[in-house]
Amino acid sequence: MKDPVLSIKNLKIALPEGADRDFAVDDVTYDLFPGEILCIVGESGSGKSMSANAAMGLLPDLVRPVGGEIIFDGTDVLKLSEAEMMDLRGKKIAMIFQEPMSALNPLMRVEDQIAEVFEAHGLLTPKERAARAIELLTEVGIPDPQKAARAYPFQLSGGQRQRVMIAMALALEPRILIADEPTTALDVTTQAQILELIRNLQEKHGMAVMFITHDFGVVAEIADRVAVMQYGKIVEAGTADEVLDNPQHEYTQKLIAAIPKLAAEETEAPVGKTPILEVEGLNKTYVTGGGLFFSKPRVVHAVNDVNLTLCEGETLGIVGESGSGKSSVGRCLVRLMQPDSGTVKLAGHDMAQLSGDALREARKSIQMIFQDPYASLNPRSKVGRIIAEGPMAHGVSKQEAYARAVKLLELVDLDALAIDRYPHEFSGGQRQRIGIARALALEPRVIIADEAVSALDVSIQAQVLDLLADLKERLNLALIFITHDLRVAAQICDRIAVMQKGKVVEMGPAHAIFNNPQSDYTRTLIEAIPGREKELAAAG
Amino acid sequence: MLRFILMRLGKAAIILIAILTLNFFLIHAAPGDPAAVMAGEAGAADAKFIAQLREQFGLDKPLLTQLGIYLKGVLQFDLGYSYRQQMPVADLILDRLPATLLLTMTAFVISLVLGTAAGVLASARVGKWSDTAISTLALLFYATPLYWAALMAVLLFSVYFNWLPGFGYETVGANYTGFRRALDIGQHLILPATTLGLFFMAVYMRMTRASMLEVSQLDFVKTARAKGLKSGIIQRRHIFRNAMLPVVTLAGLQAGQLVGGAVLTETVFAWPGIGRLMFEALAQRDYNLLLGVFFVSAAMVLVFNLITDILYRFVDPRIRVA
Repeated sequence: MKDPVLSIKNLKIALPEGADRDFAVDDVTYDLFPGEILCIVGESGSGKSMSANAAMGLLPDLVRPVGGEIIFDGTDVLKLSEAEMMDLRGKKIAMIFQEPMSALNPLMRVEDQIAEVFEAHGLLTPKERAARAIELLTEVGIPDPQKAARAYPFQLSGGQRQRVMIAMALALEPRILIADEPTTALDVTTQAQILELIRNLQEKHGMAVMFITHDFGVVAEIADRVAVMQYGKIVEAGTADEVLDNPQHEYTQKLIAAIPKLAAEETEAPVGKTPILEVEGLNKTYVTGGGLFFSKPRVVHAVNDVNLTLCEGETLGIVGESGSGKSSVGRCLVRLMQPDSGTVKLAGHDMAQLSGDALREARKSIQMIFQDPYASLNPRSKVGRIIAEGPMAHGVSKQEAYARAVKLLELVDLDALAIDRYPHEFSGGQRQRIGIARALALEPRVIIADEAVSALDVSIQAQVLDLLADLKERLNLALIFITHDLRVAAQICDRIAVMQKGKVVEMGPAHAIFNNPQSDYTRTLIEAIPGREKELAAAG
Repeated sequence: MLRFILMRLGKAAIILIAILTLNFFLIHAAPGDPAAVMAGEAGAADAKFIAQLREQFGLDKPLLTQLGIYLKGVLQFDLGYSYRQQMPVADLILDRLPATLLLTMTAFVISLVLGTAAGVLASARVGKWSDTAISTLALLFYATPLYWAALMAVLLFSVYFNWLPGFGYETVGANYTGFRRALDIGQHLILPATTLGLFFMAVYMRMTRASMLEVSQLDFVKTARAKGLKSGIIQRRHIFRNAMLPVVTLAGLQAGQLVGGAVLTETVFAWPGIGRLMFEALAQRDYNLLLGVFFVSAAMVLVFNLITDILYRFVDPRIRVA
């Protein structure tokens, strides 16, 4: 076997006092070999990014290595001076990050940001740097590299920005590329392209890649070897096939079991059931710019002639990539946004036409759960107030509303004592349960869940999905589930509407959408789901 | 870009006329008029004399007609005539404007340069004693009432140490010329300009410090470090430029007050500028002069707003191109 390019031995990284545990990374040992892709997998807080950041000397200020070594090129990088580390960074070990928007300086042109890598290491003349920038942009497959070089980051799409990051990382032919969740913020089709790009470049340049991710689907797509981390320790390591097909550790088994399966079950068609929500000819355009005088406004047709029906007790998925208009539909349905035209009939009333008290009354029957469990709860309100506020606004007495809040907390599997606590005292999954309790407080008939599990770790996501399915059954709710994640949609939805550029391109029973997609776009989406091929091979 | 500027100028003109109209009615809503004040001072407050004065000044016409006459004049760059001072308003203002601009511009530059520099320094030494010292000083400047700081400055540097002149624009009767005169004015300028700049210096310092610290936590700073860049370059090129965006907005606001914002300072330091002219005009119900001063200061706010917006387009490409 070849010698490892990077060897991490008994690494211990201490967390500041008062953290939930003493060590972010606790006695971790692993090797990275030339020409391989090693995936470090774990949920949030597992310490999966820490050892990679330590190898770059980029740990946050309050976190420091307290034991072990990181051997690169025969020396322990933990013992290098800052000047020696600077020489290492970018030249021998390069890194790309999760958020391609915020990882690039918004005020600098792309070519200048790439040229900086050469400048940092005193290489090439300014003219040569500019020429190399174009070459690198060409290599990472950006359309019109000349134009992209002159562009500012905000003028590029998310996928293009991540390509720019990769171009920067490749500039000096580093021996190691660290990729920290590089595709998590991207749409599924873009993710597939970026994964392929990383794989190709790795083979072409013979780099070692350390790929940090929470997503086992991505692992299945790209990994040669896998290390699974939990609470700062590696609980299981091996080749990708070993770990994915035959996980040994209980935690790995649990994680893999929690991944929603793509094989949607056949469900009975909603024939004979009463429709509770009927949407016809819904339109919404956004107009930006264009003031008092003649400047030309930019018009985006976010929702373009959308028709939907939702029956009692049914879960309808609205699936699409960012910018497809799926959230705009959700917001029009609850009238958080005024549609331009169309009808939204909820149990006979047209939500789009109501106003004042009638609208307030109708809103009781249609409630929403939001994506971000942190931002969607008022941090200054206690949980009891958050849940009881709705019913109280509709005239329920304070005493009764709080009594009901306690019952609702039990319903979502939270302790009744939670009513006297503030949102920040809860984890992401628990907060999402609070959000669900709040939505249920008004005894709605329809719930709209907008990316309600997207911000959660996979094991928590599975629990919340189970809870939603259970509540739907018990309370006979109808659910509209808006998501970008086709796996989640496959698991929870009876029917699915696929949206692209404001239009519904395909709608049908979940199993039909997944097994026999009719539109090209749906097919592209499904083919881009990470880990799909492996799952198909295993199933069949 | 040219289109943008023309559009903004068009809007500014409309806003300016609206401000003038509003000011016109506000002033006339106050009791008393110049005729009454003048007649009172002349000791001849009989109704016939006052009526005669009113007719002479055009004050007997309906209010809307007066407004029409005034606006028509303004459109022809005629700000009217001050019957109190027996001079055209435009001449009076132009006579005082340089002194005010000199004072406020100096204060602006002092506060912007020193405030930003102190903010950068404090952010680089966050938590250390120099950061604490700078932050405490900034808080002090921020909380001190301007007129009190002005009086203390005069007391300390002028009366007690006798280092700097405490009032006026230049040494009266010295009749300096050329460079010697400039030096003399410069000496007179130090105290009022510094006092006037203290508040904004503190604001710039606090904003720069907070902004630098916030930006240094952003992902692209980590990217810059991952490239192997030296920390000096990261500070200048990546952190400072991004941290300056909110400071530019603030500087625009301060610059807009250059004409109107120095009334107190000019009064304490006996500085012969617009601020004092405005105060006198108010006391004498000198309608045209008052309106003229308001007009000039409102125009100044609009002009600097425009300059800020244009400047912003240069520092932030997201606004320029989008």
